[in-house]
Amino acid sequence: MTIQATSPSAPRVERPARSSFLNDPDKRGYIIQAVLLVLVVAFIWWLGHNTAQNLQRLHIASGFGFLNERAGFNIGQSLIPYSGDRSYGYALLVGIINTIEVAILGIVIATIVGVLVGVGRLSSNWLIRQLATVYVELFRNIPPLLVIFFWYFGVLAVLPNPRDAINLGLGFSLSNRGLFTPKPIFEHGALYVGIAILVGIVAAWALSRWATARQMRTGQQFPSFWAGLAVIVVLGAASFAATGAPLHFDIPVKTRFNLNGGSQLGPELVSLLLALAIYTASFIAEIVRAGILSVSHGQTEAAYSLGLKVGPTMRKIILPQALRVVIPPLTSEYLNLMKNTSLAVAIGFADLVAVGGSILNQTGQSVEVVLIWMLVYLGLSLIMAVLMNWYNRKMALVER
Amino acid sequence: MKRTFLPALAGAALALSASFAGAATLDTVKQKGFLQCGVNTGLPGFGNPNEKGEWTGFDVDYCRAIASAVFGDPTKVKFTPLDAKERFTALQSGEVDVLIRNTTWTMSRDTSLGLKFAGVNYYDGQGFMVKKSLGVKSVNELSGASICVQSGTDTELNLADYFKSHNMQYNPVVFEKVSEANSAYDSGRCDAYTTDQSGLYATRLQLQKPDDTIVLPEIISKEPLGPVVRQGDDVWFNVVKWTHYALLDAEELGVTQQNADQMKSSDNPDIKRLLGVQGNFGQGIGLSNDWAYKIVKGVGNYGELFEKDLGQSSPLKIQRGENALWNKGGLQYGMPIL
Ligand SMILES: N[C@@H](CCC(=O)N[C@@H](CS)C(=O)NCC(=O)O)C(=O)O
Repeated sequence: MTIQATSPSAPRVERPARSSFLNDPDKRGYIIQAVLLVLVVAFIWWLGHNTAQNLQRLHIASGFGFLNERAGFNIGQSLIPYSGDRSYGYALLVGIINTIEVAILGIVIATIVGVLVGVGRLSSNWLIRQLATVYVELFRNIPPLLVIFFWYFGVLAVLPNPRDAINLGLGFSLSNRGLFTPKPIFEHGALYVGIAILVGIVAAWALSRWATARQMRTGQQFPSFWAGLAVIVVLGAASFAATGAPLHFDIPVKTRFNLNGGSQLGPELVSLLLALAIYTASFIAEIVRAGILSVSHGQTEAAYSLGLKVGPTMRKIILPQALRVVIPPLTSEYLNLMKNTSLAVAIGFADLVAVGGSILNQTGQSVEVVLIWMLVYLGLSLIMAVLMNWYNRKMALVER
Repeated sequence: MKRTFLPALAGAALALSASFAGAATLDTVKQKGFLQCGVNTGLPGFGNPNEKGEWTGFDVDYCRAIASAVFGDPTKVKFTPLDAKERFTALQSGEVDVLIRNTTWTMSRDTSLGLKFAGVNYYDGQGFMVKKSLGVKSVNELSGASICVQSGTDTELNLADYFKSHNMQYNPVVFEKVSEANSAYDSGRCDAYTTDQSGLYATRLQLQKPDDTIVLPEIISKEPLGPVVRQGDDVWFNVVKWTHYALLDAEELGVTQQNADQMKSSDNPDIKRLLGVQGNFGQGIGLSNDWAYKIVKGVGNYGELFEKDLGQSSPLKIQRGENALWNKGGLQYGMPIL
């Protein structure tokens, strides 16, 4: 509606007939586009052809056959079972999964920290506001690689060696090999507990839908969050007891060199995550702040005058509207974080670039490995962009 | 992504150039007026800039030897520091004319990378070092240890093979830059550090407390290290190969940097041919006939280089061992100039 007010649609101007085919802007446009397309395709073909010829003339092996060969090297961190007997292709997969792991964890942490700091910058509390400002100004101005080194060589490395690990109790311990935690081992019957919890979640979700619908209809509120939580906990606990507590913990024990057993959160992953999350959070905070400021203050005043408290005003009125402004720049921060995961090589975290680097050197097939790198990052970025665009559209203002 | 820049650049070069890294390296080197040599980023004894920023080391001196053979001037070299991952790409793409960077001669590197090894300037083997406080006396006690290693090396592969065949576990911590691997070992991130034994001696000296670390006695692999050139350029291959032999022959014949001039009037026909007093051997490799004289005059002979950079006159104090001449119980053998 606003658009019409500002730019009244002018009647379409009839173009006089052109004397020549080439003077018709529409047709000319098509021709230019077609010629460009042919040129681009020809250029790409020429690049590929030239590369292949040069490789052949230089006696450098080429092709992607190497992906099936035995890798032969070990990888320090892997979420899937891996040994040197697997293929190069499988080793790359380990690297890709590690990259995705860091990206997802990093995005989650960065978003939480970023939103808190962004809201903090607008807080009415002077101290919180200053702290948030210092955070943003400090971390967005330090290159992330330095922050990684800071954590890895500055903080985590000065922790004691595993033999003198700091015992945090309950089987948790901290050393320069990272954080060791007890590892839950699920026994037979744990599946039923899982199913029970899942049922609980579905029930809680149904409950909250019902509560919302009822509130819409009658205006009555229902504590659906607490009720839902209770359903989940009760179902989980009951089934846990009924199946005879099918869970025990594998506690890490000290051996000559390391701690064995349990789960380990290595210093490489931790410093990379902390650095990327903290760095990206400083940008997200600014985006969130701008988003909140973009919602007119009248909205807050209206909410207050309806009797809403500060918390619900923020959650239910301001943030949902701010989100529309926030999502597009947030997407590019997420993409940045994902690409920055490649800084992992500096501290020996086995991400896509690190593993690819080993393969590149063992096989010498740099052109192929670089191509794979580019395609994987491009693919991951596109997937992320598609997801974020979908979310953006879902969040867009629905005009009634 | 800076670290992946070189391979990407090489890829671009491969894709864009019409006739790539022309065959006649010797001609281009002569034309440029200097040799572009790929060396270590920093490994004392082999390739390392000193406090004044001058390059020092055994491999670096090999570069100077080649420059001496071509130009009669050991200073006509420019050095390109390369880490393990970058080195072959840099050579393939023509960024360097020769790679002399403690690189192990293996079959795959010699055959499928489009490269050729011109000789073995140092016979080495892979070893381990550990902190003394661990009380470890042998590699076979290292099961369960975290081990620091540089990526893109055959060290990475030997390590995996050795532990697998001995039924031992380990946790690799893989670094791209030697400096990062060193700090990680120093800070206790790893229990052990593995690389070529020569590299261990050098790296150990760079640690904060070298005396707290010992090198274990076992050698788990053969690491013949040598200069590498591109395949398909026989003239240049010969220049590099024969520079190596000339250095060895000079040691065998007792020709040193000091006495090279007097030796020119020696009656020994081997010395006469080496120094270009007799015969036209230089022509065969596209150089002047006194090419070997220029090498010895420029940098000294093999023994002198070893002594200065790696041996008793150096901080590393490495024994000649396998790198003694063949007639002194070692493996180094210069082909005859005849
Ligand atoms: N000889 C082995 C290892 C060579 C290597 O890269 N060694 C490391 C560890 S001593 C090194 O020299 N690094 C120094 C650097 O990156 O400049 C190979 O050719 O793969």
